[in-house]
Order: sequence, then structure tokens, then C-alpha cells
Amino acid sequence: MWFLRVNMTDRSAKLEGVPAQYKNLGGRGLTSSLVAEEVPPLCHPLGPNNKLVFASGIITGTPANTAARVSVGGKSPLTGGIKEANAGSSWAQDLPSLGIKALVVEGQPKEKDKFWGIHITWDAAAGKPKIEFFDAAEYTGANLYAVFPKVYERFGEKISIAGCGVAGEFKYGNSGIVFNDMSKRPSRYAGRGGLGAVMGSKGLKWIVLNEKGSPGVPIVDKALFEQGRKKMNDALRTHDITKPKGGLNTYGTAVLINIMNEAGGLPTRNFSSGRFEQAAQIAGEAIFEGNKKRLGQELYNHACSPGCIIQCSNTWHDEQGKEISSCVEYESDWALGANCGIGDLDAIAEMVDLCNAYGLDTIEAGATLGVAMEAGVVPFGDAPGAINLIHEMGKGTPMGRILGAGTGAAGLVLGVTRIPAVKGQGMPAYEPRAVKGIGITYATSTMGADHTAGYTIAPEILGVSGKQDPLSPEGKAALSRAFQATTAFIDTSGHCLFIAFAILDIASGFEGMVEECNGVLGTNWTNDSIVKLGGEILKKERAFNEAAGLTKAHDRLPEFMQTQPLPPHNQVFDISDTALDSVYGEL
Amino acid sequence: MSVRELMIVRVRLFANLVQYRPGAKAGQPFDVELAAGSTLAELIAHLQLPRVQVKVIFVNGIGVSQDYVIQPGDEVGFFSPIGGG
Ligand code: SF4
Repeated sequence: MWFLRVNMTDRSAKLEGVPAQYKNLGGRGLTSSLVAEEVPPLCHPLGPNNKLVFASGIITGTPANTAARVSVGGKSPLTGGIKEANAGSSWAQDLPSLGIKALVVEGQPKEKDKFWGIHITWDAAAGKPKIEFFDAAEYTGANLYAVFPKVYERFGEKISIAGCGVAGEFKYGNSGIVFNDMSKRPSRYAGRGGLGAVMGSKGLKWIVLNEKGSPGVPIVDKALFEQGRKKMNDALRTHDITKPKGGLNTYGTAVLINIMNEAGGLPTRNFSSGRFEQAAQIAGEAIFEGNKKRLGQELYNHACSPGCIIQCSNTWHDEQGKEISSCVEYESDWALGANCGIGDLDAIAEMVDLCNAYGLDTIEAGATLGVAMEAGVVPFGDAPGAINLIHEMGKGTPMGRILGAGTGAAGLVLGVTRIPAVKGQGMPAYEPRAVKGIGITYATSTMGADHTAGYTIAPEILGVSGKQDPLSPEGKAALSRAFQATTAFIDTSGHCLFIAFAILDIASGFEGMVEECNGVLGTNWTNDSIVKLGGEILKKERAFNEAAGLTKAHDRLPEFMQTQPLPPHNQVFDISDTALDSVYGEL
Repeated sequence: MSVRELMIVRVRLFANLVQYRPGAKAGQPFDVELAAGSTLAELIAHLQLPRVQVKVIFVNGIGVSQDYVIQPGDEVGFFSPIGGG
């Protein structure tokens, strides 16, 4: 396999052999190692010295299931630190199938506001990928739902697409990298941290892959791989959360709306309450029942990417049974719903679709709208007003650009004191004052406020991997540390993080993941050694952040969470600085 | 024979558990009358919910186990196994 380096200064491309130290890495482990090694920590994230790195997981592109994930890394314009965001898409499988272990986008064109695309195919005669550049001017400034079909038309139905929307072209701190889903929608996002802007800053609009005729991903020990794959699949097919017609397949991720609301930890109206009185109206159960009513039959969820067993992605339909949006995830539902005081699923789905159309991260968009509502730009609960503000972001009006800068920056400009962000990145859908462990993850993660980085919600709320009292600070630093390290490995393996629900409860599933990786790479990893490897990835990320100027003072939650008690439990975030510092101090 | 006093408890069912109460909707509260001093396990039996399907229980927003003794006026939420992110 190769590293493909694409230089946008002169539109050149070169294939390199994979250096030994990177051979056993993939996904986040690879993007973060390359960024830590090659990007100057003090560079401007939107300047020529930042790099944008794409790497699929170790097992991605093999027959492994629920494993079509690609990580994207770089220095984040939102946090000023290292960033890894990942997404599920056929694109993730096609990249390694073409023999590309990492795609590194470097440099910057001298021409301002010009955009190109890259088309990568398999050159059978040469036995290597062929890389061609094309002018992408005709696709810029447009709704992604309008231009995706044109890209398919030009390059064929069998391609996969990565790209940025107008949010990336405008270089917003809130801008994701979009990937196609299984129905050719521009709806799967490596959303967080503004990596769309890094892509935009390099004048790169699309990376189009066609894997036809490509050799696929080599597997060193096929028997071991198959053994691991079977163990993993058995775990996914039997666990109540991940099995077909189980929790995720039936209700989607938005099933969490009700449970977080019951727990008093559903951030509402810009993190001013832990309960939203209209929660049940926008929850996963309401989506399931609403679809049933509008379609006249039950609708179970679909896969975002090929080979997923869990299949958690939903679709919301209007009264006429026409699709409004796919997919209304828990995070999007909360961000654009409860956090804005909006209890109307049709409006929420429309906003999700607009974010997808413009290339915005739904979490950052909703967290920013919450801050704007707090500032009185539009009132809480004003769905048409919120929709209009998303359009302003899409059009790049002055207000749109302020909001597009993200939660932290917009809050500063608008004079808001309650800004739910860490390292500039807006908080996701769990209230740290009601769920202490996730607050520790938000505070200390190398990514800024990020729930996926160390999902302590599993034991604190869901009773997965044991049970812990969400309101208690006891032992939570160690819990967050363990979750952060394991997650760094899962994000490296190429599995979707949702396998964790099954494999944290079913030991053979966890073993299966390790065996799948050992089978592909020929390594001898154990359960312990993969957690250690996860810890090493975190250390590299942390070292980059320190060199970029992020200190312990940045590993804190905003002041209001320590001073303003949150209803209904009337708790503050009471984790000591010493405990927060121990997360990485004792890694 | 001693007669146990009755009490009212407010219940909400979520996710898969909704199907065990005809006409119920997720998150829509209903009141149940049962003997004072009953546990959640007894309430689960009374509601004919499959016990293994009851994964997480909140009483007044606090996570509890099935042996919790219900107090008058408690608000109970029952969840089948769910996850998301
Ligand atoms: S579990 Fe959901 S998000 Fe993960 S790969 Fe499957 S469909 Fe995609």
C-alpha cells in the first residue's frame, strides 16, 4: 500500500511507500501520527503548512462488518489543536481498496477562490492508482444536494465522493467534510472541528474515488481474521442495542432524547436546563411512530455504509410520505431541537438537511444557534428564525459568517457569558452537570468538547459496561481515561464506535475486534496492548496540542457550569482541577 | 388480615416497553395504583413488563435498581436496552 501525497500548490501527486512506523496504524492512529509528525503545531490551520490527512481504519475495505470508517485529521481551525473526525461511507472502503493507506493533502494554491477536484481510479496496466485533477468551479457556491448528482453524472454511478460544502469554501470554523451515503446523499459527515475549511483553504472541493478493478486490502492471516469477524458479528447480532430490530435499528440514535431527559441531562435552551418539556415529541420513538403513521408501515433504519450490521440511520418523512431528511441523529435532533427550544420534528429535519446541504456540522450549528438565541438574535423556540439563520450561514452574510465561526467565537462576538464550548468547540448533547464523567471527557479530550472521545454515558446512563452514578464525581477521571484510550483504538481499527455497546458487554466480541486487526496486519496484539496503543495515540495528540499552545487551563469547562446549578438536579460541575489533570497526567 | 394502604405512582414507558401497554405512547405518563411499600420489581410485574427487558429505571430522575421501594408520588421511567451517540 501507499501514502498518496497531493500538493495543491502545483496540483501534483506522488505515491510513496508506507514507512515502517506507520504500517500497523490506520484511521485515527494514522491521521494523528502523521499530523503530529508533519504539521507545525503553530501553523495557521488555514495556511499552506497545515495538512489534511485521510486514512481508513485497519480493517476497512476487508469483509469486516460495521467497519467502513474513514478518519480525517489536521490542525483544527475551531480548536487550534489536533483534530480527528470520522465518518462511515463507501468512500472509506474504496480508498484502501485502491491501495492508499493515507491520502495527505498539502500546500495551497496561489490562485484565490479557485477550486479543484481529484479523481482517483485504478490503473491496471501500471498496477497503481491513477490521479487526475479537474476544475471544480462549476460545483462551488452551491447546495450539495444539487451538485452531488452532477458529480455522479460525470464520473459514473459506482464512485464515492468526499468534499466540502459552502461552509468549507467560506472557511468556517463550523464546516465538515462530507461523504456520500448508500443512497448517494451528501449526508455522512466527518463533521467536527472545521476540517471542511481546511479542505476549502487548499482549494480542494472533491476527492472522487472509483475502485473498479483495484486489488483490495491484503489480509495476512485470513483464518484468524475470519474467526475474529465471526466473534464480532455474533456479538453485534445478539446484543439488544446492536442486533437487527434492536434499539439502534428500530429507534436510531435519537432514542437517547428521552433517557437523557429522564436523567435530567438533556441540555435545553443553551444549557440552561436538563429537561425539555417537548422531549418525547422529538425522540427516536416519535420518529419511529411518526414514520409509521405517515408511511402506513413500520420503517426500520438503514446502513450509512456497506456492510453494517447495526444499521442505525433513520429517515424522516413529511405528511405526504416524502423524505425530509436522512439522517436525524440524536446529536442533530438535540442540537437543533431541545438546545434551541424547538419541539417540531419537521423543522428539525429541515435544519438537518440544510446543514448537510451547506456543509455544516449539525452539533456546532445547534450549539451556535443556542448561543445566538441567548443573545436575542432570535427567540428560543423560533423554528423559522433558526432556519433563516442557517440560510444566512449558507449565503455567507455578515451574521452568517459570525455564526459559521462556531459556538465559542459567535458567543464572544454576541456578548454571551453562557458559552457551552471547550477549546472553542461546542458541547454535544449531554449535560456535564448531570453526567459528570462525560464532562471530564469534554474538558480533557484532545479534540475539544467531544462526546465520542470517551463515551462514559454507556455506564453512567445506559447500564452498558457496568453501572455508575452519573451525578457522582467518584472515579470518573479514571473512567474517562479508560474510555478515551479504548476509543482511540476503536477509531484506529475502522469499526464504527457503536460496536462498543456490544463488545463492552460481550467479551468475545472485544476479542473478535483484536483478532480481526491481528488477522489483517499479522500482529500479536492483545486486549491490553490495544488499549496501550490507544493511550499512545492520545499522548501524541496531547503533545501536539501542548506545542500548539493548549495548556491545562484549556482542559476546563466554562465557568458557568461551576457556578450555575442546573435544574432539575440543581448540581454544578464539581470535578476538581486535580482530577481533570490526572486524566492525562496518569495516562 | 392487614390491609396495605394504596399509593399512586406516575409511570412512563420508553422504547420497546411501550408495546406492553396497549395505547401507550413513549413518554406519556399514566398513573398506577398499588400497595404502599411496593418495589419496582412488583410494579414491573403489575404492568406485565418482561423483567429482562427493563434495563434502566429512573425514579425522579435518579437511576435505581428493581429492588427500590417506591414512595408515594414517585415518577418512574422504564427503559429497554438502548444506545446511541
Ligand atoms: S452503526 Fe450506524 S453510524 Fe455506525 S456504521 Fe452502522 S449505520 Fe453507520
